[in-house]
Amino acid sequence: MDVEILLSAVRLATPLLFAALGGVISERSGVVNIALEGKLLAGAFAAAAFTHATGNPWFGVAGAIGAGMAIGALHALGSVWLRGDQIVVGVAINLLVVGLTQFLMGVMYGSNANTPLFRGFPPGGFLWFPPLVWGALLAVPAVHVLLSKTRFGLRLRATGEHPEAAESLGVNPLRVRIAAVILAGALAGIGGAYLALETSQFVKNMSAGRGFIALAGVFVGKWRPWGAAGACLFFGLAEASQIRLQGLGVPTQFVQMIPYVLTMVALAGFVGRSRPPASLGVPLSRER
Amino acid sequence: MNAPRPVSPRPTRIGARLLAAAGARLGPSLAAVAGAAVFGALLVLLIGENPFTAAAVAVRGVLGTPDGVGAVLFDATALIFTGLSVAFAFRAGLFNIGAEGQLLVGALSATVVALALPGLSRFVLVPLCVIAAAAGGAAWATIPGILRAKFGVHEVINTIMMNFIASGLTGYLTVHVLKDPGQMIPHTPTIPEAARIARLGDLPVPGNPIPTSSPANAALLLALAVAALAAWILARTPFGFRVRAVGQGETAARTAGVPTGRVLVGAMALAGAFAGLAGVNEVMGFRYRYLDNFTSGIGFLGIAVALLGRARPAGVVAAALLFGVLNAGAVEIDLFTEVPREVILVMQAGILLFVVAADEIARRIRRRGWRAGGGGA
Repeated sequence: MDVEILLSAVRLATPLLFAALGGVISERSGVVNIALEGKLLAGAFAAAAFTHATGNPWFGVAGAIGAGMAIGALHALGSVWLRGDQIVVGVAINLLVVGLTQFLMGVMYGSNANTPLFRGFPPGGFLWFPPLVWGALLAVPAVHVLLSKTRFGLRLRATGEHPEAAESLGVNPLRVRIAAVILAGALAGIGGAYLALETSQFVKNMSAGRGFIALAGVFVGKWRPWGAAGACLFFGLAEASQIRLQGLGVPTQFVQMIPYVLTMVALAGFVGRSRPPASLGVPLSRER
Repeated sequence: MNAPRPVSPRPTRIGARLLAAAGARLGPSLAAVAGAAVFGALLVLLIGENPFTAAAVAVRGVLGTPDGVGAVLFDATALIFTGLSVAFAFRAGLFNIGAEGQLLVGALSATVVALALPGLSRFVLVPLCVIAAAAGGAAWATIPGILRAKFGVHEVINTIMMNFIASGLTGYLTVHVLKDPGQMIPHTPTIPEAARIARLGDLPVPGNPIPTSSPANAALLLALAVAALAAWILARTPFGFRVRAVGQGETAARTAGVPTGRVLVGAMALAGAFAGLAGVNEVMGFRYRYLDNFTSGIGFLGIAVALLGRARPAGVVAAALLFGVLNAGAVEIDLFTEVPREVILVMQAGILLFVVAADEIARRIRRRGWRAGGGGA
């Protein structure tokens, strides 16, 4: 297999990795994160806007984190605090971000298709990969440690499995879930920043379903950081091999379908047993 | 179990009952729309425009011109179908996020049937194509339905996956198999005359205000009929009763002997059929061909419509009309003011968020009312 393709796969997988890690965190706390797509897009737009305004891509990343956290906060407000259905709130947020980014794009730059170009990170980066890619690769073990070796991670996992039991032991499930969702937003925001900085502009709807692929990665990876990372790398590999596969006669559309079909198969239990966190999707109880 | 309803109630009793029921259910929806309207107005103010003039422009263009009314009806038709799809699934406790994919498959199915059987008379071909659209959508929705019933996999993620798979599959078929040769944009050849349905503007109704150029077509009548059918199924058939039972509590229903697996699959199939029928509006009534990935989000807006309409067919129709007005209004605002049309999309998402919030706020108000009255939650 070409080294080219492997390198390309890692680069393509980077936004997926960030979003999927965010997804793992929020889902392990019990909140379904349909809004990863919106958080990616918001991060991409914020990165574009901030980098364009300041000329410094790191400000773009910071802006992306902020935007991701803001969207995460909105998500948490709707689904955790107001106990709205997590899926509906997620769908609403995705729609909201699409509309808001296009609206702001039109207002700030006069176009509703793309923003003006800006200088991202210098090309080449550090040892084959731009810095954000390294960020993604380092984030995987970081999240793993966070979840399995820290107190916060323990509280998070406990909330995800049985919020009532966790509460009886002094954990505040509300706060844990809100924190988890906001953290997920921050991570997904970075993923979006990478997207925008790589192409040096923001194009409308540029996340193009990656948030859902990342969510698929979470499921295929059985809600574990390393598993999700593996799945995302595989999806990145599929995307990187598109051209090669096309040469072999496989149409692009079929290659693009691979992540989705794989997810459905995995969930149906053909790839080992797929057990989500027990309180996933269940709003916190109303008896307080 | 409810006592059987009187067989032939007097009209006044139906009217009073409907009004009471509507009032109780409308509260959160109306509040949501009002909240989103305020939010939209704030956005408009933010960019230095006057929200009232923008609204006036939109309303005048949408409701005051025949073209506008036609656009509203066309969009509303599609939204009625997708809204019914999501709403019916909701009643069974299912989340059908897959209306986008189901409608693509349904539309393509109708197109394929029309292209394959050009010689038939319209009295045979039109119903066949309609059935094909429903069947295509139903088949597409049945897969996640079966995965839910047999493997317990949540239909949300599966229907989302199916959306993307549908997009890829229909895209492949349109570009590589069915494509009108020599065209840049991927679409199929036009369907035969016999498979087309009448535009509303062509109907020989005296004083018909809708111009023949408007895309609004007879699929609207089909949509209204299907809405009535859905209401009837839910309220008056054993299947509908089982759907509602499963929706209220799957475990309880199973304990009571309801074959929950079959009900879930059936509900998804029917939901898929409703979504697929939206293809009739687009392919048979307007474009007369299948255009790759023509949907522009009406599957997702269907979710908002279903929730705003409280998952009841009558509510769905009303909500679909409202969203049709909003969609058409977006075009007007875009053309005639400095306000970008995306403010409407933001409003629509806002409506969805506010509906969710309004529900919860209403619940909290009610709970406090109970506590004050001495009852416990």
